[in-house]
Amino acid sequence: MSEKPYHDIPGTTLFDAEQSRLGYHLNMFCMSLMKAENREAFKADERGYLDRWPMTEAQKQSVLDRDWNGMIALGGNIYFTSKIAATDGLSFQQIAAMMSGVTQAQYARMMLDGGRSVEGVRSKKEQPHG
Amino acid sequence: MARITAGVATSHVPAIGAALDSGKAGEPYWQPVFAGYERSKQWIAEEKPDVIILVYNDHASAFSLEMIPTFAIGCADSFAPADEGWGPRPVPTVKGHSSLAWHMAEQLILDEFDMTIVNKLDVDHGLTVPLSLMFGQPDEWPCQVIPLAVNVVQYPPPTGHRCYMLGKAIRRAVESYPEDLKVVVFGTGGMSHQLQGPRAGLINTAFDQAFLDTLISDPVAQSKVPHLDYVREAGSEGIELVMWLIMRGALDDQVKQVHRFYHVPASNTAVGHLILENAGS
Repeated sequence: MSEKPYHDIPGTTLFDAEQSRLGYHLNMFCMSLMKAENREAFKADERGYLDRWPMTEAQKQSVLDRDWNGMIALGGNIYFTSKIAATDGLSFQQIAAMMSGVTQAQYARMMLDGGRSVEGVRSKKEQPHG
Repeated sequence: MARITAGVATSHVPAIGAALDSGKAGEPYWQPVFAGYERSKQWIAEEKPDVIILVYNDHASAFSLEMIPTFAIGCADSFAPADEGWGPRPVPTVKGHSSLAWHMAEQLILDEFDMTIVNKLDVDHGLTVPLSLMFGQPDEWPCQVIPLAVNVVQYPPPTGHRCYMLGKAIRRAVESYPEDLKVVVFGTGGMSHQLQGPRAGLINTAFDQAFLDTLISDPVAQSKVPHLDYVREAGSEGIELVMWLIMRGALDDQVKQVHRFYHVPASNTAVGHLILENAGS
């Protein structure tokens, strides 16, 4: 992976050329969930539906596990993977809580209190373990 | 001739549309958000634009990864609300202004902005939420709308400077259109927010307020801010703010602030809103 100036931002994956190449089929699978009949087919047989797409096994497993950060790491883009969340009946805020490792109540409280502070999360250099 | 009289900037958070559509606008969580737009509804009812050029981004609704236009202009007569996975928003079909949109496309291309021309375009919350915030829930939208979609999903989006210069080119294109039309430009998206990864939920009020100040008073300086600053300070999705520079570029160097509003949170996002009029108008 080539180093980019934004790679030092913690907890953040920019959907750049590298990620887009990696995640093309994963994201196009997500795009297919825009159609009601495809959502039904996916819900009826998730594994079978995923096998229609030339995704890697790791990508398929991340979807089956609803590993939202894993999908992003494997090239997923949040505007695409959120279509899986919509299929599951989850809100953006619910998956945002899951990705940041807190309960939905904790996340909602954080947002009401003004959101996550940028202090300490601008750069990995600011963090104790790099 | 057609002329641009004012600019509007606003966040386009999907949950705002959902709150309005499901009758929750009066709830304590949402009431402060909608209260910030009361003045705006009065203003636009008096302003009565003929056409809105609405700068927004599509969120994997009309454009997937098959085609990713950096700048696209909707030239059709109408645009249907997109089904974003839970059915289209119950809002009116958006009426375009095909003649002005095509004129703009021609002029912008000759002015060295290589627009993608789009004749079929379903419009998602990025376009319809700003209309709802400004007009409420009418049976039909009171003016015509030209969608101008900017890629901010696939990194990198166009630079702030390129967006600012596109705004200036849009003004030249509009002012060379012979019909007497009143045009308002909307820049939408932002403010600080991050929707993905362990840093989700990021809000940076200091950055947002400084952005609002500088966008108004020194847009050239704001246009030079690199992407890295937006991503680091305002979150991976906060970079949508470059779209506000298109609106700003379409206005005079000096503008009059009619309205300014800022609120945290709407779901995952800081809501920012400006109404700016050309100082000469």
